Amino acid sequence: MLNIKNGLQILGEKAIEFIRYMGSLGIFMGKVGFWLFHPPFRLRQIFRQAEKIGVSSLPIVSLISLFTGMVLALQSAYQMQKIQAEMYIASLVALSMVRELGPVLTALVVAGRCGAAITAEIGTMKVTEQIDALETMATNPINYLVTPRFWALLISLIALTIYANFIGMVGGYIVGVYKLRIPHHMYIKMTFEPLKHSDLRNGLYKSMVFAVVICIISCFEGMRAQEGAEGVGKATTSCVVRSFVLIIACDCLLTAFMYFIGR
Amino acid sequence: MIEIINLCKNFGDHVVLNNLNLTINTGETTVIIGRSGCGKSVLLKHIIGILKPDSGQAFIDGKDITKLADRAVNAIRMKFGMLFQGAALFDSLSVWENVAFGMLEHARKQKEEVMDRVVECLNIVGLSGVEELKPAELSGGMRKRVGLARAICMKPEIILYDEPTTGLDPIMADAINTLIRELHDKLKVTSVAVTHDMISAYKIADKIAMLYDGRIVAVGTPEEIKNTRDPVVKQFIHGEARGPITRGG
Repeated sequence: MLNIKNGLQILGEKAIEFIRYMGSLGIFMGKVGFWLFHPPFRLRQIFRQAEKIGVSSLPIVSLISLFTGMVLALQSAYQMQKIQAEMYIASLVALSMVRELGPVLTALVVAGRCGAAITAEIGTMKVTEQIDALETMATNPINYLVTPRFWALLISLIALTIYANFIGMVGGYIVGVYKLRIPHHMYIKMTFEPLKHSDLRNGLYKSMVFAVVICIISCFEGMRAQEGAEGVGKATTSCVVRSFVLIIACDCLLTAFMYFIGR
Repeated sequence: MIEIINLCKNFGDHVVLNNLNLTINTGETTVIIGRSGCGKSVLLKHIIGILKPDSGQAFIDGKDITKLADRAVNAIRMKFGMLFQGAALFDSLSVWENVAFGMLEHARKQKEEVMDRVVECLNIVGLSGVEELKPAELSGGMRKRVGLARAICMKPEIILYDEPTTGLDPIMADAINTLIRELHDKLKVTSVAVTHDMISAYKIADKIAMLYDGRIVAVGTPEEIKNTRDPVVKQFIHGEARGPITRGG
């Protein structure tokens, strides 16, 4: 009986904690939404952040996209060769990258690399009273810290996704032409023929949603950080885990939505 | 003038400020003393509006900062400068960018004018040649001085000091105390400092107030506080381990 009571109590506490978290997150999103369209707009900071997020992520996005394209081509070759449909490997790689893997893998890389860094930076500012210092100097912390990162993440993630799509197709090309002996012209034709504008457009819509997720979660977790280094560490871990889960969940919802709208 | 009326603040079940009343006159240096964790920094944050009380009021020159909207609070904050316990310098900015932060955000000035003011403020606090350094390259005392330069850069009417000498060696602590006194005499500002360093309190204060059990239990000049008969104040200022404070009386 006591175990059931304790269990219910724990469940209740978790439910209240979840509701409080969602409430605070909602208020935070409202404030961010306000400051996105109110001056000052801080262009210099946006470019600085875009350089940090976008340019410095190029090497890792290149590696991951290249290997993903290569693996896709190799794995699909097993089945395609059985039915002598190797030429469709190019289409499979292109469509998979543009519609799904390019946006999702790029978002996961940026969330793990840049999202965590944003949380750590803002969290450290929180525990060392730098956020309070901003407020005492009549500067809104959300306007100063969050909105430049929002625009930088949006611009960077769209650009990185387009880049990742291309590099993934290059990976598939390397395997398809040099390993699987698909003729060069056939591979290129089968890569671009099935691709429609809506494929790229839908993939980039996903990237935009993922950018919002990464920004909101990373900045929110940073601003909630407490209790020194341990608190910053917890916030960073929380940011990565929650960002990853939300990216995958949003991807599922968006894919279903686009599928039903497309019909 | 700063007037705190019946200020109450709880964090969960923990009562920090309990109907606190305090008046700080214009042009005075008021030092608030009390044990570590008694709510001194919390009180300071209410004065500048970073925290909102559960009840009570905080008047800054006749305006209740606890009831104002964000834009009005920001207008009042332009009267303030604040030195935080750890200086709270912005890690990603250089020393000159930290000192000039208020000017860069709110005043449309040419860069030469900004740099002139930065150099002037750094000279006032006894630093020069550090403009391009990052906070991580500074010692603790230098960080405090840069924090002080940042606090005075916008020519505030009121300066708040949160534990200005904590973490500093005795010589550096006295240098900061001397600076605070000089700033008060030169700039004619209202100053509010919170500390548990009694040497610092006696040196810089026109008036000392003791915060205990969520309230101000004693207010007086440094001489009056030194000669107090209040057992709570006596135990604190003499640093005695046994007494009414530790008995919970």
